[in-house]
Amino acid sequence: MNSIQIPLLIPVTFLFASLLTPLAGLLGRSWAHLVSLAGAVFVFFLSLKGLGAALTEGPLRYHVSGWLPPMGIEFVLDPLAGFLEVIITGMTVLVLIYARKSVEIENPDKAVPFYTLTMLLMTGLSGMVITGDLFNLYVFLEISALAGYALLAIGGKRAPFSAFRYLTLGTLGAGFYLMGLVFLFMTTGTLNMADMSRMLPLVNGSFTVTTGLILIILGAGLKMGLFPLHTWLPEAYTNASSAATSLIAPVGTKVAAYILIRMLIISGFPPLIELLTWVAAVGIIAASILAIAQSDIKRMLAYSSVANIGYIALGITLANPLAFIGAMLHILNHALMKAVLFFAAGGIFNKMGTRDIFQLRGLPKKMPFTAGAMLIAVFSMVGIPPTGGFFSKIYLIFGAIEAGTWFFVAVILISTLLNFVYFFRVIQTSFFKPYETAGTPDDDVKYESMEMDEMSPGMLVPTLIISVVIILVGLFNGAIVDKVIIPGHPWFSG
Amino acid sequence: MLELIEGYYAYFFLILLFLIGLYGMMIKRNLMKKIFGMSIVQSSVILFWITSAFKEKATVTVLDPGIGLENPDLYLNPLPHTLMLTAIVVAVVTLGVSFALIIAIYRNYGTLDEPRLLERTR
Repeated sequence: MNSIQIPLLIPVTFLFASLLTPLAGLLGRSWAHLVSLAGAVFVFFLSLKGLGAALTEGPLRYHVSGWLPPMGIEFVLDPLAGFLEVIITGMTVLVLIYARKSVEIENPDKAVPFYTLTMLLMTGLSGMVITGDLFNLYVFLEISALAGYALLAIGGKRAPFSAFRYLTLGTLGAGFYLMGLVFLFMTTGTLNMADMSRMLPLVNGSFTVTTGLILIILGAGLKMGLFPLHTWLPEAYTNASSAATSLIAPVGTKVAAYILIRMLIISGFPPLIELLTWVAAVGIIAASILAIAQSDIKRMLAYSSVANIGYIALGITLANPLAFIGAMLHILNHALMKAVLFFAAGGIFNKMGTRDIFQLRGLPKKMPFTAGAMLIAVFSMVGIPPTGGFFSKIYLIFGAIEAGTWFFVAVILISTLLNFVYFFRVIQTSFFKPYETAGTPDDDVKYESMEMDEMSPGMLVPTLIISVVIILVGLFNGAIVDKVIIPGHPWFSG
Repeated sequence: MLELIEGYYAYFFLILLFLIGLYGMMIKRNLMKKIFGMSIVQSSVILFWITSAFKEKATVTVLDPGIGLENPDLYLNPLPHTLMLTAIVVAVVTLGVSFALIIAIYRNYGTLDEPRLLERTR
């Protein structure tokens, strides 16, 4: 196969899988699962191959129907896009393995729509990452968003309402993006990203361009759940089914963050992003404090997502190489950690019947492997050395030091302590409470009678795979940074 | 100042329309009215694009024997119009999804009033 076609094949394979999945669903639920899984695995290998080709031969460009770039739509797979693509498709494969059993338990009659919508969501997300055209980006953005609303509406009784609130804010975000784009289009007369980045310096400082950029950044901020605009996120994540949450939480907001990166690279990091750095810093602290206030584990994880999006935004907007490496590494790490934690939360809800973190007593006794995987993810979240989370935080801190902004160093350190507080509550109740004498007699009887009842292998295996990957990312982070992130870096690759 | 208003009044009206839609989405309590607001926001953005393509004394981008090919300035830029066709489709689909969600909400809770919904979802 010619590697030049990979950029087109990635979204198109997902699109075809989304059409085939409901047809396969007529034969049975397991067929629908098989088709969607096969599509995701195929795209995962395509993106690995594409990333490899992009690293050795330079960016892969595909011109749709042969129209050359400033006029036609082009799909570009450069190392940055390839890196994101590998993360999101790899996550999809693992989530689909997990989803088979999880959907069977939670919403068996919605299984076929679930797989179809997953494929449609991935069409949008992978297209957003790979496209080189700003209007095309909007179309993919709406494809992924519409699939996402429907996906998050599958769940409990409350899910449609929280999905509706996400829909209004998400549509507003897309509206802001499109409104901002018209300002840029009026000034430069082009929609191609590469062309736009050549044009914008010529009109730098123009009021129209600044307005457009602010609107686009606002739209991206709404989509990624950046702190003051995050209100849709905790509700939507909490009420959706665990499979849907564990797909959208690691993948969806990261791709929105990628739009922010792309826009900032195109516009050459305008000075107004300093404001965004402050917003991100406030968001990190505020969302961490809000996470401490939660007792529902999924809601706590959702607030923690908001805080971690803050880290990514902080790393991007500090606008220096080290912070950028930190942000990219954190995109990878956070996707892995959140997937494990949401997988574990789903398994715990199925087996122990609760999402209250104060009821998790005896978790290691009942579900030892889940508890172990969760422990690794929590260590990574807090930033304890052999795990991946430590290295992304250290890069972020070095980046803040290089920028000479000691305040942000303090923000990262304080938020690490806050992370420790809200995750340690989970560890404390589940691991150490049995050895305290505080439990009521009733509770003690329940604990004594608890037997090992691990979640089913189909759900456990992806959880364990990711938790091993978290440690591997930590051990080999040097290789990832040298080989993948630095070549994708705007200051090095131009 | 007067020149600014005279030259760009269409944009000012469209920004106003955008803000009216935003007001509807944020302040109105009924979910149906929120959808109206959302639709207004989308329409204002679409009209903004169309207005940006406007040129005085120019005509549609179809070859007119009377005008010929010598002066392309006499034709409009067709790109915003074609792009907005896509955006209109997106807007219609968004409406469809939001109505589906509204039906699901009404079936589950029997109301579309936001404060009451927040009370019942607690």
